[in-house]
Amino acid sequence: MHSVLLVAAAFLASAVEMVEALTIVLAVGVTRGWRSAGWGVALAVGGLVVIVAGLGPALANLPIDSLRLVVGTVLLVFGLQWLRKAVLRAGGLKALHDEEAIYEAEVALLQADGERRVHDWYAFTVAFKGVFLEGLEVAFIVVTFGGTQRNVGLAAIGAVAALVVVLVAGVIVHAPLTRVPENTLKFGVGIMLTSFGIFWSAEGAGVAWPGADASLLGVIAFVVVLSFGLVALVRRSVDVPEMTTS
Amino acid sequence: MKWLAQFGKFWYDFLIGDDWRLAVGVVITISGVFFVAHHGINAWWLLPLAVALLLVISVTHEVRRRVR
Repeated sequence: MHSVLLVAAAFLASAVEMVEALTIVLAVGVTRGWRSAGWGVALAVGGLVVIVAGLGPALANLPIDSLRLVVGTVLLVFGLQWLRKAVLRAGGLKALHDEEAIYEAEVALLQADGERRVHDWYAFTVAFKGVFLEGLEVAFIVVTFGGTQRNVGLAAIGAVAALVVVLVAGVIVHAPLTRVPENTLKFGVGIMLTSFGIFWSAEGAGVAWPGADASLLGVIAFVVVLSFGLVALVRRSVDVPEMTTS
Repeated sequence: MKWLAQFGKFWYDFLIGDDWRLAVGVVITISGVFFVAHHGINAWWLLPLAVALLLVISVTHEVRRRVR
């Protein structure tokens, strides 16, 4: 049960970051050419492999309770801000994350920058930055999720599956991935990160959960109910006439 | 130096985000859970409860801020 949830959480969280990276790379590739953008992507992926290879084995040598306490706390802090944003978006208080609008804005910016060169440093840098930063977030997710369960491989399977799905979707639509319901994904990811964060950090702090690992399902159910309750609360507030929704 | 500031800002935005009070609240609560757990009290309910309170406070604060 725990393994399935681990793979699912790593898959969802990684997919969100990969959709963002792919949107940037598509925008750069279409407008400035694929060669320099390709070099940017390749260098970013190489850098990420080095970081994951360096961090993964180091985690295996740390005491498990300390690891759960630190990683659980970081996941909870990270997950809560993600969930907060998702609740505000779902409640209509914050603009939805629109990949199509981001793609159009990125294309306009790149076209405005001027003519293409033999080696386009602009395309290289934008593609590198997009893939490296989003990839760093994926690496963080894989290393923390996997490290806490002493199973980086399982979390990596979730991330690789997400990579395959996002790449296939990218090839098929060859446009910003507006068909991927990113806001729904983000809502789900926020719930998973917060739930795992609560479970691991409390366990690392010395708590014995009633029902052991099975209580993770209870924690997830609790966070789901809390989140939907808050969305309802925000939606009621949005009805106030002078409310802004941007 | 500029690179270092950007690197720090990336991690701050990535981990802490829009409301730093959530992060501070989480760290204080987990410290409390650690303390009581090491004094023989199994307060498993404390962290979920605190998380719920923190999220409600943070979201309602944002709602009020936008209404104003």
